[in-house]
Amino acid sequence: MLAELGLAALWLAAALAGLQLIAGALALVSFNKGVGDGGTLAGIVRPVAVVQGLLAACALIALMGLFAQTDLSVKLVVENSHSAKPMIYKLAGTWGNHEGSMLLWVTVMGLAGGFVALVERRLPEPTMLATLAGQAFVSLGFYGFLLIASNPFARMSPVPAEGQGLNPLLQDPGLAFHPPTLYLGYVGLSIAFSFAIGALVTREVGPAFARAMRPWVLGAWVFLTLGITAGSYWAYYDLGWGGWWFWDPVENASLMPWLAATALLHSCGVLAARNALRAWTIMLGVIAFSMSMIGTFLVRSGILTSVHAFAVDPRRGSFILMLLAINIGSALVLFALRAGTVTEGERFAVTSREGALVFNNVMLSSILGIVLIGTLYPLVTEAFGQKVSVGPPYFNPMASLFFVPMVLVLMVGPLLRWRRDKLIRVRSLLLPGLVIGLAAAGLALWLGVKGLPYIGLVLAPAIAVASLMPLKGRNLRRLPLPVAGMVIAHFGVAVALFGMACDSAFSTEKLIAAHVGEVVAVGPWHVTLAGVEPVAGANWTALEAQLRVRYQDGDVFAMTPQARSFWAPQQNTTVSALHTRWNGQLYTVLGEQADGGRWQLRLWWKPFVPMIWLGGALIGLGGALALLGRLLADLKRIVVRDKIAYRRMRQGR
Amino acid sequence: MARRFILLFAALLAVLVGPVWAPAWADDTMPPAPYAYRQLDDPALEAKAEALMETLRCLVCQSQSIADSDAPIAGDMRNQVRLRIAHGEDPEAIRGWLVQRYGDYVTYAPRITTLTWPLFAAPLLLLGLAALLLRKRFSRVGQS
Repeated sequence: MLAELGLAALWLAAALAGLQLIAGALALVSFNKGVGDGGTLAGIVRPVAVVQGLLAACALIALMGLFAQTDLSVKLVVENSHSAKPMIYKLAGTWGNHEGSMLLWVTVMGLAGGFVALVERRLPEPTMLATLAGQAFVSLGFYGFLLIASNPFARMSPVPAEGQGLNPLLQDPGLAFHPPTLYLGYVGLSIAFSFAIGALVTREVGPAFARAMRPWVLGAWVFLTLGITAGSYWAYYDLGWGGWWFWDPVENASLMPWLAATALLHSCGVLAARNALRAWTIMLGVIAFSMSMIGTFLVRSGILTSVHAFAVDPRRGSFILMLLAINIGSALVLFALRAGTVTEGERFAVTSREGALVFNNVMLSSILGIVLIGTLYPLVTEAFGQKVSVGPPYFNPMASLFFVPMVLVLMVGPLLRWRRDKLIRVRSLLLPGLVIGLAAAGLALWLGVKGLPYIGLVLAPAIAVASLMPLKGRNLRRLPLPVAGMVIAHFGVAVALFGMACDSAFSTEKLIAAHVGEVVAVGPWHVTLAGVEPVAGANWTALEAQLRVRYQDGDVFAMTPQARSFWAPQQNTTVSALHTRWNGQLYTVLGEQADGGRWQLRLWWKPFVPMIWLGGALIGLGGALALLGRLLADLKRIVVRDKIAYRRMRQGR
Repeated sequence: MARRFILLFAALLAVLVGPVWAPAWADDTMPPAPYAYRQLDDPALEAKAEALMETLRCLVCQSQSIADSDAPIAGDMRNQVRLRIAHGEDPEAIRGWLVQRYGDYVTYAPRITTLTWPLFAAPLLLLGLAALLLRKRFSRVGQS
């Protein structure tokens, strides 16, 4: 029953998306002809968008209900769940598979569209109609995809006795957080995309458009940042080898929209403040969502083997590819047709805030190009019958080629004035960063650090100091929230970079087969293997190592890494145990039993490694503060406008 | 008769190739090779091996290097790399040996070949494009 209700809600939502598209388009035509205000059709677009979102949410809730009950007459539940699984993984497992994750996608997209329809009143009505119609167009494609090629509510008969369970690697609290966060990010970019389309259709590209789009870009960017950071930490502790970024195509698929969104965020700021970079901002809006879709295509089509590629079904791949071609193709055609009529806007000098932001945009786009080529190229050569791998030895130096100049400009950019400035004016503010950078260089050389970690260790402290300089001479209590956000986010870049460089330069690794009672030294730590004991969980049994660890002459802590055996589905995983100090993390893993009653242990001391994710969180926090600042300012404006209207009304009476 | 001949031939082949291929074909039920989960005693050599292992792909995993994998074949490859480094072989020679054996797929550092040159042309192209974009934008300002 619940499955049928969910499916009905999904069909209704799809039908409403169709109505939203047609009504929006027709109303827009009548607007353009100058016959009236679009009439009834224009009036229904907003409510339809809201109801469409709510219906999609109903479908998702229905599916979550099916997973919660472990309804084994539903094929998706059978294939991905198990009655003995803990409740949180039953619920989170709803999107731990292909169909469910696509349903989550359309739900978030529908709700976001409904929210825009409800609150956004600043833009001219035709632009809003075009935006909502564009949003419906994109949604419709995904509804079609769900209903035709990946129905999440399909029943199966005969009803099996038990489900097949969920990949143990995914049975982690990370699953409840990482996919929805990333999806919020991807889908937020779809709103930015729709705004860009709406603005192109009605040729209304200006500061008002940028201000309407900015909260969505900011929000999407914050979620992408947090989603990537969380995903990286999850991989770090889940995979059991201490790696936190693998340049895996799936990671790249989330990084590419982030890079585009970062560029978009900065160019949006220029458009909102200075009415410059108009065509460029529109272009980035299109590219950012294109990257989301390319990411979805890569991950969902099954051309990649990965823990994320839930289903290998070529039909789905070609469906997404078709959607991609239609959406991106039509957006680019529209852009090509209209770009000529959208002027670039206000001019500015090389040494100016705009100049620095343009440089940032070009560098980010180039990094995006590198990641895109490095990710897609192996697929191309495979089509020619030869498999190659592109990994860290390619991505790290090539991305640094553009990253290093970008962060050098980051040290200066926020200090510059809009339109025209002189470097000589800000030299006293640049000096501390340069001095710290040189000192760091000396220290790193003395420690014998080489290569990319050396560059990171020099740049990180320099950026950290330089990023705080915009605060100089300001009253901190009166600091606008967006400025505070910018400072925190830029500081976060330095923090993350420092963590990455330290991990590469100073990590110590110890692989050993230890007797019970043996003391192993790793970096400043002494690790004692006190024993190995069996333990059991809801759907697994495990061997657990009892470790006693001591930092130099400090207190003794207990750590308990496990080697788990899941029985549905049958799979072995390692569960690492981590101990965090202010200056780094001790990472312990229990391996297999070796000969002579010894146990394989893998131990790492990773100085300052948590700073990678702390930096990521700071970047996200900075974005959230900026978003809050913008929203409060908008709210204030609305209140003031209402007050004025109220006074006018009273005086007019 | 023919069957016995084939068996004999296979046995001969196994004797010939066996010692060379044994590490890669190692049985999962066998204990892991000695240096799969053991480091070299000399930290400098171990660091050298580590640097190489991080750029070699585990052939059966999902985008992991052999330094990041529990798969038996990755363990055997680690063993090979450590032994060869300990014998004083050059890391790039070991990489070449593995590429010969498993194809380009095994190395995360793509070589420049007729097939992969666009990978290395791309950054140059992007640099040129970036320079062009920036110049165009800023020189226009100069005119105005």
